[in-house]
Amino acid sequence: MITVASATKRYGRTAVVDDVALELGDVGVTAIIGANGAGKSTLLSLIGRLLPLDSGRIEIDGLDVGATKGDVLARLVAVLRQENHLTARLTVRDLVGFGRFPHGRGRIDAAGRAAIEEAIAYLDLEPLAERFLDELSGGQRQRAFIAMALAQDTRYLLLDEPLNSLDLRHAVEIMRLLRRLAAERGTRVVVVLHDLNFAAAHADRIIAMRDGRVIADGPPASVMRSEVLEAVYDLPIDVREIDGARVGLYFR
Amino acid sequence: MRTEPSVIERMPRAAAAPDAPARRGARERVVVALARPGVRLALLAALAAASVAVFVFVGIEGSWAFAVPFRLRKVAAMLLVAVAIGVSTVLFQTITGNRILSPAIMGFDALYVLIQTVVVFAFGAGALATTDPNLMWLVEVGAMVVFSGLLFRWVFARSARSVHLLVLVGIVFGVLFRSVSSLMQRMLDPAAFAVLQDSFFASFTGVDETLLGISTVAVVAVTAIAVPLVRRLDVLLLGESHAIGLGVDHRRTVTLVLVLVAVLVSVSTALVGPVAFFGLLVANLAYLVVGSFRHAATLPAAVLLGVICLVGGQFLLEQLGLGTALSVVIEFVGGIVFILMLVRKGVR
Amino acid sequence: MALLAVASTFVGVADVSPSALLAQGSDGEAARLLVASRIPRTVSLVLAGASLAIVGLIMQMLVRNRFVEPSTTGTAESAALGLLVVTLLAPGMPLIGKMGVAAVFALAGTGLFLLILRRIPVRQIVLVPLVGIMLGGVIGAVTTFIAYRYDLLQTLGTWMTGDFSGILRGRYELLWIAFVLTVLAWVAADRFTVAGLGRDVATNLGLHHGRVLAGGLAIVAVITATVVVTAGVIPFLGLVVPNVVSMVIGDDVRRGIPWVAVLGAGFVVACDLVGRLIRFPYEIPLGIVVGVVGAALFLWLLLRKGSRAH
Repeated sequence: MITVASATKRYGRTAVVDDVALELGDVGVTAIIGANGAGKSTLLSLIGRLLPLDSGRIEIDGLDVGATKGDVLARLVAVLRQENHLTARLTVRDLVGFGRFPHGRGRIDAAGRAAIEEAIAYLDLEPLAERFLDELSGGQRQRAFIAMALAQDTRYLLLDEPLNSLDLRHAVEIMRLLRRLAAERGTRVVVVLHDLNFAAAHADRIIAMRDGRVIADGPPASVMRSEVLEAVYDLPIDVREIDGARVGLYFR
Repeated sequence: MRTEPSVIERMPRAAAAPDAPARRGARERVVVALARPGVRLALLAALAAASVAVFVFVGIEGSWAFAVPFRLRKVAAMLLVAVAIGVSTVLFQTITGNRILSPAIMGFDALYVLIQTVVVFAFGAGALATTDPNLMWLVEVGAMVVFSGLLFRWVFARSARSVHLLVLVGIVFGVLFRSVSSLMQRMLDPAAFAVLQDSFFASFTGVDETLLGISTVAVVAVTAIAVPLVRRLDVLLLGESHAIGLGVDHRRTVTLVLVLVAVLVSVSTALVGPVAFFGLLVANLAYLVVGSFRHAATLPAAVLLGVICLVGGQFLLEQLGLGTALSVVIEFVGGIVFILMLVRKGVR
Repeated sequence: MALLAVASTFVGVADVSPSALLAQGSDGEAARLLVASRIPRTVSLVLAGASLAIVGLIMQMLVRNRFVEPSTTGTAESAALGLLVVTLLAPGMPLIGKMGVAAVFALAGTGLFLLILRRIPVRQIVLVPLVGIMLGGVIGAVTTFIAYRYDLLQTLGTWMTGDFSGILRGRYELLWIAFVLTVLAWVAADRFTVAGLGRDVATNLGLHHGRVLAGGLAIVAVITATVVVTAGVIPFLGLVVPNVVSMVIGDDVRRGIPWVAVLGAGFVVACDLVGRLIRFPYEIPLGIVVGVVGAALFLWLLLRKGSRAH
């Protein structure tokens, strides 16, 4: 369980994450939605200890993220931000191999090798395993980074806008994959999403943020309502039910 | 084209085709072997050893008993400088995530010269003559560690958004440090000025031999600290957030590496003076030659290439009767390489 | 500015105060010193400062980059190389001939810089001076190598560090050439602005782009060479002065030019005074003082908040 207790992060005077209290990781896929600047990526980075907290406390399975050793946490939670510029030329297999770093301080044993191959296979990357990352398309590279997180073999997986710069087909593939991970491996996925309809279609729980605070939290059916979404995005959003799934219409 | 070596490199390990070697010709086997970082490193080591042997033993006319130890001391200094510059540049490029940066380009060399000047300025040439040079060196290195760390954090906080800005700021800081040093040197009395003047120009032959001992200790100590770090350094190549996500204490590691870099820069600058582009040259050659991103391969490769360039280059230039021109040649070649790297598309 | 010039004239090791002048009359030691050394020195400082600042402004207009000037484009280093070559090959040549050769080298170096610039894919504003400084470094390495071969390192050192202490009557008059060219540049300022907008715009406005560019570069090369030959390299002057002026009065070039000239001259005279006073009675070369102040100002321009350098 991830417990966020009155977490606050400020940049100058503005609180980007403002006194947030949450329990995460109870269901397979949790999506965090909100407008730009709502604080969703910052919250994810705080949980993944990529940013230090200004006040409050975050615990993962009872371990304080501010005080626990980096490698202990790295075996518990994997975090991916969309920061994929690399100086070194790495192959896909090299990259996925880095996922084993927390388990052997860089030494890879037989179990580690198996985990790497499994992660590569899980994301259908076998044909690309020896290719360099800079030769791959955006979607392929995104899959490679997810494979690295998979090889890390953690209970929790935090992803920051993994669908950015992906075309529709690859975006759908990634979301299906996250669902599959939750179902088959029991991974608890927390994902920041830009598109509320992807969240509605794939998440078990949606958390909506605005101005650094959580303003809605619950299963898609409870969050995907016009009055809630209008408060989240400041935009009139018409919610329709199509074949039993709720879809927000905001294009016109 | 460029993907090929790695694919081949992986084949034996992945055990993709156990019967393949039988079918491959001898020539192919050589190609495969050459693609392995270990083999390439061994070749570099052989070349470096050959450079050293040639430098020490070829062309001795007088007494061997005199010439060999004399040349060995020169070689020892060049080895130390090769380690210091090669390792510091690769480490620096790893923590900054950029291959057009080096400590020298960020003004670290000039900072060390400035610290030396300030020390002489503060204590006077008289104190300089009576104080143990090793103690003096330690004071300077301590100041260097503190100030280079401050400079690095300050400059990075302000200009990390653009690498080009970062480099330009570093270079101008270098100019500033050098100008302040010359200003202070002019304000010293001539005797103290003479003491310092040497430290302004790079010279691979006029090595300050009093510092060989302590430099060796420093380089060995730094190496001993750096070797267990290599895998963690590999992770740093993924960038700050991936590194933290994989459990590396990023801030602590970067700080530690910066301290190591500051010590190494002090070693090389104290021994031979400031050399702007040498590190850039050997580090990028190393990435190119060794064909692996791992520090276990790139660090020794940079050092070996440094030895080959310094010792081999010095030997060649001495044969041409241009004994003390090595630093100028290196600046020339390094400067051109740097411009090419800047102009080449895709530098970020 | 006028005050600075007066102060510059009357500061020095020997007593050349107005009272001494009056006491000794027009034939006295003080008066001779005044005419032979002090006045030439002040005049040459003013001329060099004003013309170098204008040169920086012209280059910034032509390249459309706020961070270029002779010492960030390889121009000054090329001039020094030219001076070295002519000193080796034709040591007896009169000063004006040496200046001509240095100008040709400066022109070639600047041209090379512009050729490299064309190959830079994205015109990032700080990449341009970066490449220029590196080019200067490479040319400097060549120069050092040659100087080393012919045992001229010390001479080279004096060329690379601007110093006005050796200026006497008869040794600075070349700088009037720079003055004439500066006035010419002043008259032609609008054309440089238009040329800086690029070939298409310039042609559209009825301007011969290539000719204006060549003319501007020729002015830059000759002025740089003149200053290098008479006093040595004065770094960053042409960079900081126009930038400071444009921060204060805006980017209107025509209005800015007199300010740039006056401020350039004042800056150089002031730095020279500092260099003469800081360790009186010894002198610190102007190039070193300007190096400290200029580099600090350059850093401030790069790093100040809201800077457009990014």
